[in-house]
Amino acid sequence: MAALLSVEEITLRFGGIVALDGVSFEVEAGHIAGLIGPNGAGKTTAFNVITRLYAPDQGRLEFDGRSLLETPAHRIAEHGIARTFQNVNLFTSMSVLENVLVGGHRLGRGTGEKEARAMLEYVGLGVRAGDLAASLPYGLQKRVEIARALAAKPRLLLLDEPAGGLNHEGVEELGDFILRLRDDHELTVLLVEHHMGLVMRISDHVNVLGSGRKIAGGTPADVRANPDVIEAYLGSEAGP
Amino acid sequence: MRREPLRALALFAALAAVVFVLPAFVNDFRAQQFAYVGIYLVALTGLNILTGYAGQISLGHGAFMAIGGYTASILMIDHGVRDIATIPLAIIVTGIAGVLFGLPAARLSGLYLALATFAIAVAAPATIKRFEGFTGGGTGVNLFGIPELTASDAPLQLFGFELDFNNWIYYLSWTIAIAGYVLAWLILRGRTGRAFRAVRDSEIAAVSSGISLTRTKVLAFGISAAYAGAAGALFAVATAFVNPDTFPVTLSIFLLVGIVVSGIGSLQGLVAGAVFIVFMPLWAQTVSKSPGAPFVVYGGVLIVLVLVLPGGVAGLIASARRLTRRRQDFPKP
Ligand SMILES: Nc1ncnc2c1ncn2[C@@H]1O[C@H](COP(=O)(O)OP(=O)(O)O)[C@@H](O)[C@H]1O
Ligand SMILES: [Mg+2]
Repeated sequence: MAALLSVEEITLRFGGIVALDGVSFEVEAGHIAGLIGPNGAGKTTAFNVITRLYAPDQGRLEFDGRSLLETPAHRIAEHGIARTFQNVNLFTSMSVLENVLVGGHRLGRGTGEKEARAMLEYVGLGVRAGDLAASLPYGLQKRVEIARALAAKPRLLLLDEPAGGLNHEGVEELGDFILRLRDDHELTVLLVEHHMGLVMRISDHVNVLGSGRKIAGGTPADVRANPDVIEAYLGSEAGP
Repeated sequence: MRREPLRALALFAALAAVVFVLPAFVNDFRAQQFAYVGIYLVALTGLNILTGYAGQISLGHGAFMAIGGYTASILMIDHGVRDIATIPLAIIVTGIAGVLFGLPAARLSGLYLALATFAIAVAAPATIKRFEGFTGGGTGVNLFGIPELTASDAPLQLFGFELDFNNWIYYLSWTIAIAGYVLAWLILRGRTGRAFRAVRDSEIAAVSSGISLTRTKVLAFGISAAYAGAAGALFAVATAFVNPDTFPVTLSIFLLVGIVVSGIGSLQGLVAGAVFIVFMPLWAQTVSKSPGAPFVVYGGVLIVLVLVLPGGVAGLIASARRLTRRRQDFPKP
């Protein structure tokens, strides 16, 4: 099967820091693809490149066979890519429902409350629809972000550390939830997460970044056994 | 669930009725002052859309009022256009000016945007003087010589009512203020209003949701300036005279003060903000007439207000509502 997303030789520098150094990876349609690596490896930066918030210095970026590098960030949702943020980025003055309504912005005037409420029911936040988004606990705010992203009816969903603020049980549930999401919405998921158990359990494929470089890619079992990966994580608290 | 909007509608109708009958109970001088409240309400509604909802500060809305005021005055004096007919034209001209300003300004934020907008407020009076042939330079445009274009010659007959100049200005201003208020409510309650607030709350989340920052900000500038244009035109008609000092830098600051007193990002307190702009300076003068004292009183009251009501009058209304509202059941889907 052809790749839905392909990141090719992407390099991005911030002044002297090379945040991404010739990074390439592909995400196949229908897969859950893990993207892991120690803090500062460049995972969030990769998300920001894919969503066109950052323009890479070099490299190519293709979605569904077409280059995204001419696409402005606000057209990315239209192409079918939606995301959540590592440090929650909700519309703090709005209710949970309104946040989800903004998620459906690209679908135009016609899409309204009904779909948004249904989406909130789906993620288990139906009764919180009227609450101020910022008043929810962190873990639920992350879930509002997922609902907001889903409201755009994406084909590719980028999740940046969705397990933040969850306890052990919550992380387990999240894994099942992401699997269900993928199936119910015919999604492809690119998942950045530090909970290795979660990533290894639900991913079809895992790419590993270290200091801006891709150091490994393969099935969860391959990656876990890769000595380079083990070395990259050496000394950092979360091992694979 | 349906009771809340119904009650809001009833309250709005009651307030509109008060506005309608008010001139019958106050003298001409007061009616004129209340007309200015209506005029400032128009400007504040527009400024709150831009600054309160879309989060783009403007320290230069007086300049947009100037464009509206001069458009109206020049149309009347040079082209014999009747006062009320100048208002749509002033709205269009100023709206376009707002869009043209918004295009470069959309790239700026925070302090830089504050400075850019402040710059137009500072430059406006000098620019007006510079184009003397068009604007009458420092002398300005005097509309007293053309009473036939407004209601100052003879009372205006309207729906069987007889309106003298002050009443005419009052009803004209408040009609536009109320229409503008309802229009703002309609714009802000739906998709466009949510886009404004999304941009204010988080630019990157807004962009990733498919909202164009440039388009949204430029739209907010255009709409907001159009309101300022209507207010400026009304101002010119009401004073029957404009010169560069009619729209000084301080006007822009007072407008900003007005929306802070009203409550940023809410429509509910706007009348209070407009009342504050018109009556607070007058009241400050009655407290003490010694030199400079009214300014101190004005500043003092403002500081106290900001400290006591950080959310402005709208915040106060919201707190009062929370206190009185009965606990509701879960809203039906
Ligand atoms: N906007 C930015 N400006 C400067 N440096 C940045 C910026 N964003 C990320 N970086 C740097 O790029 C590197 C990768 O960061 P990031 O992508 O956030 O890592 P990760 O998400 O894998 O923890 C880090 O060294 C970080 O400090
Ligand atoms: Mg990160």
